[in-house]
Amino acid sequence: MLDYITSYLKSDLTPGAAGNVLWAFVYILLIFLGLSVAVIAMNWLERKILAHMQVRLGPMRVGPHGLLQPVADALKLLIKEDIMPAEADKVVFWMAPLFVVMTAFTVFIVVPFGPTHAVTDMNIGVLFMLGVSSLSVLGIVMAGWASNSHYPLIGALRSSAQMVSYEIAMGLAVISAVLMSSLNQAGTGTLSMIGLVQAQQAQHTWFVFKFFPLGLIAFVIFAIAMVAETNRAPFDLPEAESELTAGFHTEYSGFRWSLFFLAEYSAMIAVSSIAVTLWLGGWMRPFPTWLSGETWDLVFSLFPGLTFIFLAVFAFVGVVRMPKHPYFRIQTMGLAGFGAVLGLIGLVLFAPPVRDRIQDIYWFSVKVAVSMYMYIWYRGTFPRYRFDQLMKVGWKILLPVGIGVLILTAIAGVWL
Amino acid sequence: MQPVATTFFFYLLSGLAVLGGILVITRKNPVHSALALILTLLSLAGLYLMLYAPFVAGVQIILYAGGIMVLFLFVIMLVNLERSAKEEQFNKQWIAGTAAALALGVLFILVYTGGKALFPEHLAQLPEQSNTQEVAILLYGNYMFAFEIASLLLLVAIIGAVVMAKKRI
Amino acid sequence: MTDATKYLSRLELGQPDQTFLDSNELIINMGPQHPATHGVLRVILKLDGEKVLGTECVIGYLHRGVEKIAEHRTYAMFNPYVDRMDYVAAVSNGLGYCEAVEKLMNIQAPPRANYIRVILTELNRLASHMLWLGTHALDIGAITPLFYTFRDREEILKIFEKYCGARLTTHAFRIGGCQYETYEGFETEVKKFLKFVAPKIDEYEELLTTNRIWVKRTRDVGVISAKDCIALGVTGPVLRASGVKWDIRKAQPYAAYSDFDFEIPIGEKGDTYDRYIVRMKEMRQSLRIIEQAVGKIPEGPIMAKIPKVIKPPVGEIYHSIEAPKGELGYFIVSDGSTQPYRLRVRPPSFVNLQALDMMVRGALVADVIAVIGTLDIVLGEVDR
Repeated sequence: MLDYITSYLKSDLTPGAAGNVLWAFVYILLIFLGLSVAVIAMNWLERKILAHMQVRLGPMRVGPHGLLQPVADALKLLIKEDIMPAEADKVVFWMAPLFVVMTAFTVFIVVPFGPTHAVTDMNIGVLFMLGVSSLSVLGIVMAGWASNSHYPLIGALRSSAQMVSYEIAMGLAVISAVLMSSLNQAGTGTLSMIGLVQAQQAQHTWFVFKFFPLGLIAFVIFAIAMVAETNRAPFDLPEAESELTAGFHTEYSGFRWSLFFLAEYSAMIAVSSIAVTLWLGGWMRPFPTWLSGETWDLVFSLFPGLTFIFLAVFAFVGVVRMPKHPYFRIQTMGLAGFGAVLGLIGLVLFAPPVRDRIQDIYWFSVKVAVSMYMYIWYRGTFPRYRFDQLMKVGWKILLPVGIGVLILTAIAGVWL
Repeated sequence: MQPVATTFFFYLLSGLAVLGGILVITRKNPVHSALALILTLLSLAGLYLMLYAPFVAGVQIILYAGGIMVLFLFVIMLVNLERSAKEEQFNKQWIAGTAAALALGVLFILVYTGGKALFPEHLAQLPEQSNTQEVAILLYGNYMFAFEIASLLLLVAIIGAVVMAKKRI
Repeated sequence: MTDATKYLSRLELGQPDQTFLDSNELIINMGPQHPATHGVLRVILKLDGEKVLGTECVIGYLHRGVEKIAEHRTYAMFNPYVDRMDYVAAVSNGLGYCEAVEKLMNIQAPPRANYIRVILTELNRLASHMLWLGTHALDIGAITPLFYTFRDREEILKIFEKYCGARLTTHAFRIGGCQYETYEGFETEVKKFLKFVAPKIDEYEELLTTNRIWVKRTRDVGVISAKDCIALGVTGPVLRASGVKWDIRKAQPYAAYSDFDFEIPIGEKGDTYDRYIVRMKEMRQSLRIIEQAVGKIPEGPIMAKIPKVIKPPVGEIYHSIEAPKGELGYFIVSDGSTQPYRLRVRPPSFVNLQALDMMVRGALVADVIAVIGTLDIVLGEVDR
């Protein structure tokens, strides 16, 4: 029994490739938990970052610096009355959020957090991710239609038109990355997520810098399309607050609404991970060839621990700066405890066996986090596109540029 | 990679596909029918995966479930539904229907019994890892011409649709 | 939806395009609870897909009968009520009312009072435009400018609070002048504020003026020609953005405006972007006026000699001022008693709102939001 459980630990394969059902389940659970934590953290970070961009403080009341705000919100949403409009189509109304969440989580099966840290390595990884994430549009359409109300219907129509259009530009950008992966001895590319990162490893470059500026343009196209695909600002028309109140989820409340929220954020993380895998070298650390050698490996392997220590120091600075008033005593203690936990995690991450195992995941998460920060930044900066303008951007700019980049990449691949 | 619980998944997926198919024709509401059709398509994608044809499965999801069905739903939602919901679901041609179903069933049985020798007992094991590459080599190698003709046909269809739908180009 | 259909039957809305498929038009109800209608405006939209075929504004949700109330209050008692009309520019409302009554009684506010009035009114214009900018940008999807403008508007409200104790509904002026002398350090504080706010206006412009999405969303949206503006009686920045150089501060100077040197910014096309630019320029002109006024504020009394009981002679008067939103006029009929016989307000928001339908026909739903924002309406004033 114990053997069966530990059988996988020393393996160099993904659980899927090793055919180990137990570990596949363990990985799925870990990803589910990690994703939930990431969404909660994103919730807090988005509010805080956006607030500081907008000369305000953001949540400050629940917990030190509002750290417990997402928890409080989640609790509130869970115990809220679950309203189903009388005229709604019950079954579809019930199914829509589940469908959206399911698709948002399913894509993470093939996301490679490291060379072996994926549930499975599908031969069609990228295609699978694009396909399954394109299914979420069905959930949105279902939600909008089932609500039997005008605003959600318009929101759903907008979002389905938007997602279907931007999928094309997205696909073209992805194809050019896949084409780049075929520039090896065998001459065959790959659609597997792990294979794509390995191709970048073999070619000693991130695809974003490949055939400069072709890779960069493809990446930018993808970066724009992925914002549109996840219905975020400045392409957040389906839920344009000022026009359609809340778009397709206007009629949803409580737990069902929180499922949409969860799905939106995990979809953001999912498309960011595609971008990171395809163009930003996936789990590879920065400068793997330029700064190679034992010493540099050691230096870079210290980063995860240092990050947590830095966060812990940040928390302790917050403790010191906390007002010295009895009212804040519990908050101060809480923040200190939080800092201590962060520091402890940091120390654990310095241990060599953990350090080596965690590196890939760390670099992958850092790259995804940068992409998430960009999402927040866009939201704080840009006004919203109008629907026809959005379509124009998708069809008349991104699509032709995408085709051009694809052709040029093919030419460059043949000639260079 | 060793397949896991193959029979269970096979029956589950085919059951879902059949269930979806039945729901498609029995639901009064066209949106429900479309959703049932999506269920069928997704279970078919699962079956393709079990047949070691991941590329076909992926294309099935992207094109049928993610693309075509979205457009279907789009149209169904925009068209006024109230009339179709009140209409008679089946026209009362039970005799012809039963006869057709029987004929089809008999044909199935005949093919199965008569052609048993033709079908191999087990499917030849396809290499999973290179399936996608094989598809590509066939498409862009042996059947290049047919592939290009098909794409041309689609282009004609697109232009035709634009010409017919748009009054002023 | 029954009353909506009733309203719509009164409109001769364009017939939808029946030749292409069988598209039904959609009637949606925007407001009165809607995040982008700036209060309780209700707009019934008739849509063909996303295209607007026609609109009907349903107003009156905030109707308090201000004009009727005036007939049962003395002239001085009615003064605070006018603050509740355009509550984001309460000072301007008060100025218009006080000047109208003064004109009816044929008295003149002393010069010092007039200067204080100008300073506060222009500060209020700034505050009103800032609020407009924030909410308008929010409607178009830029959420950040709102917080910037509110931060800076706060400074203006602080000055108001220090001057008269109230931040929003100030009741700053009295008939015949001002009740309060400026507080200690008023001038330095205003000067400090001017220094503080000038770079902030650049900051707003940096975020929006050359932002591609902003320009795309506002250029050629809600275009209204000068002729249509005049025909509909539209005034204020909306009229000026269409290219008409009409500003009551210059055309019929009131208070102390004839003493100052300032320009009237005008636009060319009369689209939403022009209105944005005109208002931004107006904010800078307001700074100029305040700077001049603070520099040469005269000494002297702040209250004219007025009788204890205000009893204007029999007669009628129309007086209008340039409020932040346009021409704000008061028509007062006096029967010689202590209460107005009839008081009628010409609210700029109410008149400007009439242009909405003309501006959004054939546009998209998103443009309706942009146009409602750019008209800069305050429902308290529309409904009175």
